Amino acid sequence: MELTDLTAVQALGRMRAGEISSEELTRAYLERIERLDRGVIQAYVTVTPEHALEQAHAADERRRAGDEAPLLGVPMALKDLALTRGVRTTCSSKMLEEFVPIEDATITRRLYEAGAVLLGKTNMDEFAMGSSTENSAFFPTRNPWGDLNRVPGGSSGGSAAAVAARLAPFAIGSDTGGSIRQPASLCGLVGFKPTYGRVSRYGLIAFASSLDQFGPLTVDVADCALVTGVIAGHDPLDSTSLDAAVPSYSDALNDNPPVGSGEDLRGVRIGVPREYFVAGMESGVEQSVRAALDVLRGLGAELDEVSLPHTDYGLAAYYIIAPAECSANLARYDGVKYGYSAPDAESMWDGYYKTRGRGFGAEVKRRIMLGTYALSSGYYDAYYLKAQKIRTLIKQDFDVAFERFDALVAPTSPTVAFKLGERTDDPLAMYLSDVCTLPVNLAGLPGLSLPCGLSEGMPVGLQVIGKPLDELGVLKIARAYEHAGGWNGRRPDLAS
Amino acid sequence: MGISREEVEHVARLARLGLTEEEQARLQQQLSQILGAMQAIDRLDTAAIPPTAQVIPLHTVTREDVVRPSLPVEDVFRNAPRREGNFLKVPPVLE
Repeated sequence: MELTDLTAVQALGRMRAGEISSEELTRAYLERIERLDRGVIQAYVTVTPEHALEQAHAADERRRAGDEAPLLGVPMALKDLALTRGVRTTCSSKMLEEFVPIEDATITRRLYEAGAVLLGKTNMDEFAMGSSTENSAFFPTRNPWGDLNRVPGGSSGGSAAAVAARLAPFAIGSDTGGSIRQPASLCGLVGFKPTYGRVSRYGLIAFASSLDQFGPLTVDVADCALVTGVIAGHDPLDSTSLDAAVPSYSDALNDNPPVGSGEDLRGVRIGVPREYFVAGMESGVEQSVRAALDVLRGLGAELDEVSLPHTDYGLAAYYIIAPAECSANLARYDGVKYGYSAPDAESMWDGYYKTRGRGFGAEVKRRIMLGTYALSSGYYDAYYLKAQKIRTLIKQDFDVAFERFDALVAPTSPTVAFKLGERTDDPLAMYLSDVCTLPVNLAGLPGLSLPCGLSEGMPVGLQVIGKPLDELGVLKIARAYEHAGGWNGRRPDLAS
Repeated sequence: MGISREEVEHVARLARLGLTEEEQARLQQQLSQILGAMQAIDRLDTAAIPPTAQVIPLHTVTREDVVRPSLPVEDVFRNAPRREGNFLKVPPVLE
């Protein structure tokens, strides 16, 4: 077994036992990145070897001094929209190609304090807008599964591909409409978007502020629980951060009933939303998800069908609200304080048009236009206000369902990973990738995707949706399924 | 639901977004298609439904007004495209 095959929990065990050092582990990842990233997987925009070895060395020192921080010495990758002081943070955009933050995001600081070691920053759809990572201004990322001709999903596709290809033991992504869960599904990983407000957004380069949330992409549920516990919690620097106690997810997962007793989910009520089995869903995906439902029943869970009647309107409401918020957030890129700035500006106005016209890519422009239109005089009521009212109805659908159920399970993505280039000319087809994930963002709920099978040799994801702040309930269902379903920890064979 | 070329130009002006002729033509076609799909929401009667801007039970969050050190000047200018002394340099505002 290679060091890069270890999960974060396994690597921590080896480091605690003194069998390996963080420096050895970090070097193993850096060597693998050197061999398999550029020109093959292309998960990283920036690799930070010196920074990583410095942090690994410091982690080994801390351990020798008796420090037992929860991620001490574990390498990681961060999506390139989490601010990292002194390390270029691009959002995979020409606009920020040379941007070097002067401070860390709260999530970066928390992970560093917990002892994590930064391997590098991962590729993404520009400003997190997309579902395939093909909207990166730099290069596409390849899905490590199959023939390396499929997308890893998006927008956190670099983070997902890095973990699936064992170029990092875990990675951080962000999820505005499915951008953690969909790539996790397409790359055979566990991806978790906690409750809106659970993880600080301070230092997350904003896309749609009422929907954005950070979360982990990991190989299994134990790693997911560990990382979630580190990044969750109140932050006075984010006024939308929730001041609620964070349970010890890792400890709680090992509580009764014991995993593998066959009684793991006795009495847990799980709803299966019928609208999530959408038209156009691949039969292989549906079969895997239905088989997973049987496994959950076998673990003692009480499953029943439920209707979330306004689901069909979610896509339209989301693609009005998210672009509207994006058009406001991205107004800050004016070429004055930081970022790309047109050198040939003849006046202030001319500078804005040239800077923004050249600095943003096609999808970002499309969303700025869509959002500006939806907010403009004469259209505000028909689009933006109407979409916000639909958001109320979607939230109410979930509230009603949670009166009867402890959690919901559904597919994550209606399809497995599609081919590179297949949807780039059809924005609407691309938007449909998020149809099963975006209602969860509109309602602010915790949602997790975990592997539940293969179709055409490509991974299929099962989505578990919980009540607000019930991350633990979601993790418990995922842990029980993972143990009984037998899909955990599979990663693609890569010629290494 | 069609969107005219004039509307594309108007919205691009509101967003201060410089677009080429080709981009304007493509966006006219794509935005018409996307907005057409969004028409689905008209089927719902939402007259009596209040809007939701955010889903968390938070209201105005305040903090103590305490004096804290500001960012060092050199940090502030670290990413500035154009600088003159301790000022950001911008193109002429008045012609």
